[in-house]
Amino acid sequence: MIAELGLAALWMAAALAALQLLFSVLGLAQGKAELLSGVRPVAIAQGVLVLLAFLCLVALFWRSDMSVALVALNSHSAKPWLYKFAGAWGNHEGSMLLWVTVMGAAGAAVALFERALRRDTHMATLGAQAAISLGFYAFLLFSSNPFARLDPAPRDGQGLNPLLQDPGLAFHPPTLYFGYVGLSVAFSFAVGALVTRRVDALFARAMRPWVLAAWVLLTIGITAGSYWAYYELGWGGWWFWDPVENASLMPWLAATALLHSVTVLATRDALRAWTVMLAVVAFSMSMVGTFLVRSGILTSVHAFAVDPERGSFILALLAIYIGGALALFALRVGTVREGAQFELVSREALLVVNNLLLTVILGVVLIGTLYPLMTEAFGHKVSVGPPYFDRIAGPLALALMLAMVAGPLTRWRRDRAGVVGGRLIWPLLAMLGAGAVLGVLAHGRLSLLSFFGLVIAVGVALGSVIPLFKRNLRRTPLFVYGMVIAHLGCAVSIAGMASDSAFTTEKLIAMAPGDRVESAGWTLHFDRVAPLAGDNWIAMQADVSVSRGGAKAVLHPQSRFFTSPPTTTTESAILTRWNGQLYVVLGEQLEDGRWQMRIWWKPFVTLIWLGGLMIALGGVLTLIGRERRGWMLRLRKGSAARGTGEEWA
Amino acid sequence: MAMKKKHQRLVLALIALVAVIGAGLLAASALKDEAAYFYTPEDAKVKGVEPGKAIRLGGMVVGGSLKKQADGVTIAFDVTDGKAVVPARFTGIAPDLFREGSGVVAEGSFDRNGTFIATNLLAKHDERYMPRELEGMTYNATSHEMKAQ
Repeated sequence: MIAELGLAALWMAAALAALQLLFSVLGLAQGKAELLSGVRPVAIAQGVLVLLAFLCLVALFWRSDMSVALVALNSHSAKPWLYKFAGAWGNHEGSMLLWVTVMGAAGAAVALFERALRRDTHMATLGAQAAISLGFYAFLLFSSNPFARLDPAPRDGQGLNPLLQDPGLAFHPPTLYFGYVGLSVAFSFAVGALVTRRVDALFARAMRPWVLAAWVLLTIGITAGSYWAYYELGWGGWWFWDPVENASLMPWLAATALLHSVTVLATRDALRAWTVMLAVVAFSMSMVGTFLVRSGILTSVHAFAVDPERGSFILALLAIYIGGALALFALRVGTVREGAQFELVSREALLVVNNLLLTVILGVVLIGTLYPLMTEAFGHKVSVGPPYFDRIAGPLALALMLAMVAGPLTRWRRDRAGVVGGRLIWPLLAMLGAGAVLGVLAHGRLSLLSFFGLVIAVGVALGSVIPLFKRNLRRTPLFVYGMVIAHLGCAVSIAGMASDSAFTTEKLIAMAPGDRVESAGWTLHFDRVAPLAGDNWIAMQADVSVSRGGAKAVLHPQSRFFTSPPTTTTESAILTRWNGQLYVVLGEQLEDGRWQMRIWWKPFVTLIWLGGLMIALGGVLTLIGRERRGWMLRLRKGSAARGTGEEWA
Repeated sequence: MAMKKKHQRLVLALIALVAVIGAGLLAASALKDEAAYFYTPEDAKVKGVEPGKAIRLGGMVVGGSLKKQADGVTIAFDVTDGKAVVPARFTGIAPDLFREGSGVVAEGSFDRNGTFIATNLLAKHDERYMPRELEGMTYNATSHEMKAQ
């Protein structure tokens, strides 16, 4: 019954999305207020219904209802409860349902809480949101029905891929999806503003919280995904330029650019057309990301779904939305009046530099990701790997960091080059000093990229806190702290990346229980190896006592075997110290009884993810700092009369 | 210093256009080198790869060629695509599903003697995964029969 209820709710939600689009289009075209007043209630009802459908699917997984095809294919009654729960979205159909659920919920939130926007722009935005949802409903109902039954029902399910049975991964995809959907809302705002010819600061302020929230979630998602790949794959790397990783990086790059340009638009009323264009690009990248991951076009470490029909469906949706938006943009860009002017030396100009560099990086990553697919279409198989991305994206990212030092130290609208130079003197001196120290201490041991990474990290770290100097810290707005912490996070993260690639020590050795080995100042003693059984796996687990100085610990790397589906995974053991991580992997046993052991000491590698979290925290603080006043106003006013926008002026 | 006010928008649009074209050219020039990133043993024999150049070598592990060396962490094996055979060496923990007769994509470079020194092996990760370059290749480890797409 639950499956039928879910399917019915999904159909009704789809019908309501169609109605929402119809009301919005007809209401705006014919100027009928009574039609427009129907848009909000329909949007809210649609959100509730699609949420119901999603809860039905979760319930089916929870109860291990093997008569539902999706559950039988992706779950197993012996699975731990967390993965039964997470299994609901750890597959193609479920994840698309999650996507459309978050979209429906976001649409309902826009309908309920958006007060600052002009009414017609608001209704156009909800119409655009309904149009996007409608495509995904069609996709689910016609080609990926999550509620399809199996007859006869199998006795038990096939299980979830063991690589995916990890607490981090249970919440990694939803985080990214929430980010993708946040960008779809930003896109809807942009379309709404284009339709009603209201591309201005007011629209930017309405769009900004959605961009910020999406960006924060993408940041968290990418950081978590990187850490997951780091400890779960047991390769010691934290970024592989895998197409699926790029699929999450590209929307993030676009969202980062959008975040900065929407701030220019909201604060200074400049970069109007450019901001709208970026909103379109950012959502396109979410769609490209979804297409790459969900179509199965990439057979990579991460992509488990294989079904070309679905890929074409998503591609068609992508073409319709992006083509439509670009056509609308081309038609209306003439009516977007030019915004405020700024000088060559100004914060706006540096934010333009930020936007351009991010766009170029995005373009390079996009081409590198899609190129192998395009050549394959012509029957020629090519792979584009880390050398390509590192070589181009690395230097561009470092250039971006340099612009980041200067940006916050430059005034809006107009500044004097000499004055800005004076403010930059300390970061520059710090970089020179760091360069000299590194040049002497680590001469010849560093790659160029690592060297400049470390040097620039020092400059960015200092430069990002300078805006707080000589300020009354208690009266400094929260969003300034947000910016400072996010920029500092970039410095921290870059320092971690450079340190990992420059100073990691690796040791590979075959050891018998009782053996001792030294690496990077650590002493490792292989105590013993013994079998171990878990809920749905068995493993060989090694006990390795490690010590350095006075510090002692026991690590337990495992080689784990899952029964359904039959798969072996290596579970690395990681010891985190303040100055780095000791990373131990147990390999296979040799004929003479020894075991392969791989040992890394990675100085300051944790900074990579600490920096990522700081960037996300900075985003959260900015969101609260910028929006708190509006939220308080709305709370106090309740659902009283719609604001006209004056409260923001 | 100041831009002509009327022209600011035009200038910005032009800069954006230049940046996008620049990205394309940058990517194209780098891809020209990288297009040669993936090699089959036959490609490597016919085109020749200079020693030390980072590439991916893909093929099947020849049956009976896998040898463990005394240090316990180095393996030597031959990679074939049915047309040519390349000797390869790898120090590290091989993926769980790396075995004779299975597909492998090895990242690394050739040494001066023509042995491929792999720094990383990508093997079939689970029964549903196949390195994308090897899609369509099948190989029989006992008869050494090889079928490409």
